Amino acid sequence: MGVRDIDEGTSLHYTFDVHGGDFAKAGDASSRVKRILQQIGAGPEIVRRVAVACYEAEMNVVIHAHNGTVTLDADLKRVTITVDDEGPGIEDIAQAMTPGFSTAPDSVREMGFGAGMGLPNMKSCSSKLDIKSVKGVGTTVRMTFDNA
Amino acid sequence: MPEPEITEYFHSVHLLEDKCKGCVNCIKRCPTEAIRVRDGKAHIVEARCIDCGECVRICPNQAKTVVADCLARLSEFSFNVALPAPAIYSQFREGTQPERVIATLKAIGFDHVVDVAFGADLVGQKIREAIEGPSTIRPLISSACPAVVRLIQVRFPNLVEHVLPIITPMRAAAKLAKLQVHHQFDVPNERIGIWFITPCPGKVSAINEPAGYEDAIITGAIPISEVYPLLREKLLKDPQEIERLTADLRRGTGMGIGWARSGGENQSINGGRQIAVDGIHSVIQILEDVERGKLSDIDYIEAQACIGGCVGGVLTIENPFITRRRIRLLANEDQGNGIEEHPELAGHGTEAEEHPELIEGRSEESPIDRIVAEVMANDDWFKHDIPLEPRPTLKLDDDMATAMRKMDQMARILDSLPGLDCGSCGAPNCQALAEDVVRGLATEMDCVFKLRERVRQLASEMFELSEKVPPAMGHTEKKPVELNGIGEHSPTTGPETVDKE
Repeated sequence: MGVRDIDEGTSLHYTFDVHGGDFAKAGDASSRVKRILQQIGAGPEIVRRVAVACYEAEMNVVIHAHNGTVTLDADLKRVTITVDDEGPGIEDIAQAMTPGFSTAPDSVREMGFGAGMGLPNMKSCSSKLDIKSVKGVGTTVRMTFDNA
Repeated sequence: MPEPEITEYFHSVHLLEDKCKGCVNCIKRCPTEAIRVRDGKAHIVEARCIDCGECVRICPNQAKTVVADCLARLSEFSFNVALPAPAIYSQFREGTQPERVIATLKAIGFDHVVDVAFGADLVGQKIREAIEGPSTIRPLISSACPAVVRLIQVRFPNLVEHVLPIITPMRAAAKLAKLQVHHQFDVPNERIGIWFITPCPGKVSAINEPAGYEDAIITGAIPISEVYPLLREKLLKDPQEIERLTADLRRGTGMGIGWARSGGENQSINGGRQIAVDGIHSVIQILEDVERGKLSDIDYIEAQACIGGCVGGVLTIENPFITRRRIRLLANEDQGNGIEEHPELAGHGTEAEEHPELIEGRSEESPIDRIVAEVMANDDWFKHDIPLEPRPTLKLDDDMATAMRKMDQMARILDSLPGLDCGSCGAPNCQALAEDVVRGLATEMDCVFKLRERVRQLASEMFELSEKVPPAMGHTEKKPVELNGIGEHSPTTGPETVDKE
């Protein structure tokens, strides 16, 4: 599942594939990310924030997109999560950031997802949230988490 | 072979070396990957062991054992109090009333009994108040199952603050026992033995090394399976004798007894949005979801390591599916009685609950009633003494840069392993072996496939070497062939003929 590159010992770079509509495996990439951070000894607070935000972003790919990747970059100072997908894109990013706003179909909401808290949660958990989206092409979400 | 990690943590699950055949059943089953086979014997990596008892259950050779106390230890004390776990009531035939079991405990050598189900009644009410209180942490997780609490400490250290810091029914019963013995009986502290009658090894460890408490209070834990034969043999029948022996005792309500099965604790608390999960592997899945923030709309999670709840503990006798039913029956048939008996426990918002002083005014007031009223008015009595500490075990190195390098090394090792997770190396899977190698606890050659590859490589190198001969030797050996080729096999060629002539 993961592809790994190494950059001279003091940083890590991992990429995990995420498939749109694969609810059975949804969350696997975030679990892997969480475990890696625990293995390198990241603090509990940053692990908690990354786990929540990364899961939300991964779920967005599963719910809305065709497929995508979750990329973890970590060095001694910060953790960066980049979630890149091929999908419908976000029409109005400001609107999508509004708590409770959701474009998830009813079928997904019935599963308990798509409550419209994904992006607001990602924003509150991360130190910096950056979203780039092209309608009909895809979305890139980049979140940084500073080591407190 | 490198030594497994050594820690100061107390554990009740131990290995009987003679019986262990070094098979891989336990290493595969362990939910925290805490077992390794070394030199043909299973070793428990203590920092990771949560005393859930899964290995005791799975071992085909009965090589895993639980070290607990036996009834003989009662003779060391002049006054012994039994704290029976509610699961004990389900070990006898359907319809056996808890009073019979309690009375029989007194008949076989205990001087006093404080029912843990009674402790559960008190604790349940405090938990409901906490759920409805101001805490913003969601979901809260029950601290009742010690294996789950340890699981959270070692595998989900980020979640320690979700564990509701309210004492367990066992501890509440022990604290009540101390107060009651102090008020009612004139026995010096060091002469009092307080014994939990336990369904599981987790409780044994929790008594010897409590998480969230300064001191143990409880003297020891005696397995249900240890007292069962004697109880069964002596089980009292005479109602008058039972009445006499249980006169000054409080037993739990059906709701309190219900804590013995999965879902019973939630039923007893009866407040907020609840989830009940049982079986350690299912608990892990739920805790993963909690870490993802997926269950923030849930107020309380009752989580038990054993399937079916405490009735499924490895130190019980009867089949947990049968005992679960018995507990449910006891809980249902007894619902009215218990509450009548303990007005202070009747549902939410009763006069007695809101005005505990009313209980003191009751005409048939006994010391235990007074004690209960006192403690119920004191929320601190029900709180953990010290915060639960995280005990993370995943970290590869204290230095993050070193840990990162080890991660990289680990990934490279994992790529080269076969990915069969066969367990022959003594680790539960290839990932765990790779981790052990970078931690310096194993070598890549522990993998039989890597070893075979290496042997094959060495064999082919040997073969190649055996083909190689020193040039001087090669000359003498190959000479006849060359002669045949050039000379003797061509007798009719011109020059030779010329030479011969």
